[in-house]
Amino acid sequence: MRLRILLFVLAFFIWLLLTWSLDPQHIAAGFIIGLLVSFLTADIFDKPPQVFKNLKRYVWFLYYVMVFIWECIKANIDGAYRTVHPDLPINPGIVKVKTTLKSDAGLTFLANSLSLKPGTMTVDVDKEKGFLYIHWADVKTQDIDKATELITGKFERILKRIFA
Amino acid sequence: MNETCGFIFIIIGLAFDFFGCLGLVRFPDVYNRLHSSVKCVTLGTSSILFGLFLYRGFSPAGIKALLCILFLMLTAPVSAHVISRSAHRSGVKLWEKSACDKYAEDGKDK
Repeated sequence: MRLRILLFVLAFFIWLLLTWSLDPQHIAAGFIIGLLVSFLTADIFDKPPQVFKNLKRYVWFLYYVMVFIWECIKANIDGAYRTVHPDLPINPGIVKVKTTLKSDAGLTFLANSLSLKPGTMTVDVDKEKGFLYIHWADVKTQDIDKATELITGKFERILKRIFA
Repeated sequence: MNETCGFIFIIIGLAFDFFGCLGLVRFPDVYNRLHSSVKCVTLGTSSILFGLFLYRGFSPAGIKALLCILFLMLTAPVSAHVISRSAHRSGVKLWEKSACDKYAEDGKDK
């Protein structure tokens, strides 16, 4: 029940942002649609809402967002450089890296942010064994441990504190 | 002032979108093309939308642009992951000069 209330508040809030007017008709429509969405889709989310109470996670999440935006800008400059260079300086390949994250949300964030990091893109995730298959545009090493440190090291240390 | 900043962001975004599309033509195989399209086009489009937000301020269009950045950041990497995974599973080979393919070595693409 608490999960449904949380979902309703989130859906209603996004509706208010999308319409951006305080007209009673808009608010009534958002109220009804929010109720409908929260009662239909609550079964999909199996994570208990108590996890959201810890304040430290939010601080780490803000830090993560800043690191992520910086990496994203670096990735774009790197990608633009590779594109316009006449010799196409790429040495691609799919490497395997380890991960210690177990939760679905943590793995999703890790795989998504690796796709926007310079030179890496997630191809597949093996959740049971804890492996990620990464397409690397510039393969520096094929060893699992060295590749793990080079690719996921920075993000995983932060994400472990958020989704532990 | 805000209008000028907005136009600067829109021009930067257009430049990155252009590099993304250029990479889509120049790179040799599916996976490298996905690299350039997912990275450059995501931040390029986000930059255009952020420029729109600066230009229009807290109006319905500006707030929608901000929400679009959030959804784009969440969905673009997922679609790149799904395209590359399904391409590998349906037998699209890597570029012949690729260094290694641990995914095929582990027999995951059967």
